[in-house]
Amino acid sequence: MLTPELKSELTTILGAEYVCDDMESCISYSYDATPLYQAIPDGIVFPKNTEEIQRILRLAHQHHIPIIGRGSGTNLAADTVPTQGGIVMVMTRLNQIIEIDTDNLTITVQPGVLTQTIHNAVEAKQLFYPPDPSSMKISTIGGNIAEGSGGLRGLKYGTTRDYVLGLEAVLANGEVIRTGGKLYKDVAGYDLTRLLVGSEGTLAIITEATLKLIPLPETRRAMVAHYADLDTAARAVSAIISARIIPCTLEFMDQGTIQVVEDYAQIGLPRDMAAILLIEQDGPHLLVEQDITKLHQICLDSGATHIEVAQTSADGTQLMAARRNALSALARLRPTLILEDITVPRSQIAPMVRSITEISRRYDLTICTFGHAGDGNLHPTILTDARNSEEITRVEKALADMFATAIRLGGTITGEHGVGLAKAPFLEWKVGRTGIVALQGIKNALDPTGILNPGKIFTQVPTEQEGTKK
Amino acid sequence: MTSWNDVGKTLTLTLDEEELTRCMRCGFCLPACPTYRETGREAASPRGRIALMKAVHEGRMIPDSSFQKQMDFCLGCRACESDCPADVHFGHLLEQSRAAIVSHAPSPTWKKYMRKFFFHALIPHRRRLRLVGAFLALYQRSGIQRLLHRSGLSKWLMPSHLQQVDEVLPLASPYGIRERVTTERLPAIGTPLGRVALFQGCIMDVLFAKTNHNTAKVLQAAGYDVIISKSQTCCGALHAHSGEEEKARLLAQQNIKGFQGIDIDWIVSNAGGCGAHLIDYPYLLKDDPQWATAAQSFAHRIKDVSELLVDGHSLNLQPIHERVTYQDSCHLRNGMKVIKEPRTLLNTIPEIDYIELVESDRCCGSAGIYNLTHPQTSQQLLDEKMQHLHHTRAAILVTSNPGCLIQMKVGIQRAGLENHMRAVHLVDLLIESMEGDRT
Ligand SMILES: Cc1cc2nc3c(=O)[nH]c(=O)nc-3n(C[C@H](O)[C@H](O)[C@H](O)COP(=O)(O)OP(=O)(O)OC[C@H]3O[C@@H](n4cnc5c(N)ncnc54)[C@H](O)[C@@H]3O)c2cc1C
Ligand code: SF4
Ligand code: SF4
Repeated sequence: MLTPELKSELTTILGAEYVCDDMESCISYSYDATPLYQAIPDGIVFPKNTEEIQRILRLAHQHHIPIIGRGSGTNLAADTVPTQGGIVMVMTRLNQIIEIDTDNLTITVQPGVLTQTIHNAVEAKQLFYPPDPSSMKISTIGGNIAEGSGGLRGLKYGTTRDYVLGLEAVLANGEVIRTGGKLYKDVAGYDLTRLLVGSEGTLAIITEATLKLIPLPETRRAMVAHYADLDTAARAVSAIISARIIPCTLEFMDQGTIQVVEDYAQIGLPRDMAAILLIEQDGPHLLVEQDITKLHQICLDSGATHIEVAQTSADGTQLMAARRNALSALARLRPTLILEDITVPRSQIAPMVRSITEISRRYDLTICTFGHAGDGNLHPTILTDARNSEEITRVEKALADMFATAIRLGGTITGEHGVGLAKAPFLEWKVGRTGIVALQGIKNALDPTGILNPGKIFTQVPTEQEGTKK
Repeated sequence: MTSWNDVGKTLTLTLDEEELTRCMRCGFCLPACPTYRETGREAASPRGRIALMKAVHEGRMIPDSSFQKQMDFCLGCRACESDCPADVHFGHLLEQSRAAIVSHAPSPTWKKYMRKFFFHALIPHRRRLRLVGAFLALYQRSGIQRLLHRSGLSKWLMPSHLQQVDEVLPLASPYGIRERVTTERLPAIGTPLGRVALFQGCIMDVLFAKTNHNTAKVLQAAGYDVIISKSQTCCGALHAHSGEEEKARLLAQQNIKGFQGIDIDWIVSNAGGCGAHLIDYPYLLKDDPQWATAAQSFAHRIKDVSELLVDGHSLNLQPIHERVTYQDSCHLRNGMKVIKEPRTLLNTIPEIDYIELVESDRCCGSAGIYNLTHPQTSQQLLDEKMQHLHHTRAAILVTSNPGCLIQMKVGIQRAGLENHMRAVHLVDLLIESMEGDRT
């Protein structure tokens, strides 16, 4: 509940319709897509423009009230769970595409525009915005930027961070900052654009973004290769890259995942294989044909037991759709699904996957692994039941072991989902004490009163899970 | 005894916990949800509604009138189910929530009597419905209706939406399928493919009795023996969706029993709303071991008419030289998962200019009696629908559920398109094409 004074001040800024603190609203903004976390905010606001956001932040700054920016609430780091109460600021009313600049190849959008909407808008003009998180039909671009989201096409095209050219954002004190611009080169000062990408709502509220576009590839073709054991699959991945081919997608699925996806999508995946690689190339017709032929040969040489090349781009879309649905298909097996996001150097994929298998045995858990083999970003997915606290304890131990292994192999605890609450206790493992101090210095400089998404990224109790367990 | 506390206690027991837990809050259902799109509020989204239910189920929230408002605001279109990767059956959760509200929430006495009359005393009784049909027919044909609308008196007597519905309502008929067809079995034309019993429906048989008759005719032509059985009642969908769960169960049992003695392969429905509810009888009766098996075998036999026609003998269709489009019935699509069949059938009509309707998978706002309970949202959805329809420049709009059909007729009238476009049921168009009375 908001205090009457605060509520009336917010109402003055926004109008009564856009300030809520009733029980129904508070419950419905108490979670995001992260399992096990939930906390009730004091209230929710729905601003429509930068000026309203400035006024809200000034107020929050003055009264030391936490502000939790929120897009569609699909993040997997408990980043929009208001663990310290405060006000959830829903950004979805800022949903306009401001401009598509076909001369400079940029699009300027408000943060509440859905990722898919951007894709549709630019593709209608034969342009391309590559980042494609699996959640793109509902995730907002503001959420994508704040999480530094990736996607299937990361290997060839990079992730959200590689497409953000400029931002408008409101700082904790209500001041507006503009970074970057329609510029491919810009070294005037620190790279604040990049700093805000992946800042998880802890440094500023993004109110506008200018994104880089590239020409839409002429065509795309997909193929699948089946492998009877893990190592051959991993070798194939290395062989592809050493052959100087960068496919736009190079995805990996282990046996557990294959079986579940096949149950869900029924597209003829082999239930008896240890792994499959889903490969897609895009570009001009001729080059795609050439690459697919080469890829076919490499997979054959590396010991694939079966290779299937999609005959039409529609077939290909279906193959890739199976991958897009992998996580979701897994959801049907057990009530709770915990999706992890470790990333290792490409060369360490096989050891990492083997280690995950061993960890799953050690703690007697079902873990299915799939992910972006091309860039070493794996999604070990633990299937469990939140209601079984004994099992959840084993899950927590397994997670810690997984993070430790990833770091030992030269990897990281999160590749594209963010630290949030869920991984805050492990951040120091990755960045070290000095790293934490540096990050905290930045945070304090930009948000001295600590009102922007408090409790995220940083934690008082490293290596011990915190957060309101639900 | 009624109080919000009781609603909470009931929901702790009756909400399907597995279903609630299976929701992983991914949000993939949000774009499909019409009420989320209209409001942008999480509480008006499937994920939000599930979160509210879960909070009540776990005793963290005592439901209140705004909980009820949110449950009532849901269209029950089940579009969220089609997009849910985790296979959460939102429709079940919604029915359970509404049932607890209906039986335990405080509500004015007049409302209770109204419900009792409508759901218990009227809908399930074929003869009483027929009588209403006869009165409606008299009202429409005697000139009283014309008089009311011409004189503007209807504006005083009816809420505006009802007025619009009244204006487009097809001529009700005092004669249902059983009055139209005197034999109990209509033989297949050509090699018989199987025996199907026609599920008549309640409203369908008053307002769209001709469509029922046409359904029988087209099934015969496709090679099915059609059985007109007397031992059936209303499917109970309206009851289940409105929280009248007990009555819904009784009607289900009556229907299951009614069809048990008849030698048939399938039971065919021509209303998506009925069909989707009929295949759900096993869930409705899941706690009753006595009925479980019978409900299973009943549900296995349910088919939408389009499914049987696609598998039947090809129909002898005459050309229709018009542009035609199709609006999905939500429950046919999201409940029965019948999506391709009606489109396939339309495309078998020679010379037809079929065009896909943008967002044909989105609810038209009819949603059972939603157009009467939430006229504003309903009309907003309808107006959006009409814009998309306008762009198709189709002359014929096909649908496969009576509620949708009435709503589309209202929409056409509201948009002033009545001279350019008409709405028809799929089987009626097929009959037109078979009889070749349009060129
Ligand atoms: C099924 C599923 C699949 C997914 N697949 C992928 C995937 O393939 N790749 C991937 O990278 N992620 C994936 N995700 C994670 C998630 O979708 C992304 O993190 C996404 O970017 C979140 O967008 P959102 O609009 O839901 O943001 P939210 O969850 O609402 O917010 C995310 C973060 O952004 C902040 N934020 C939101 N808007 C603003 C703003 N305007 N200014 C400042 N901060 C803001 C919030 O405070 C929060 O820290 C997946 C999630 C699910 C549930
Ligand atoms: S049934 Fe329809 S209106 Fe209700 S939550 Fe699902 S999609 Fe939304
Ligand atoms: S799509 Fe299904 S699992 Fe995801 S939030 Fe909606 S109901 Fe829950």
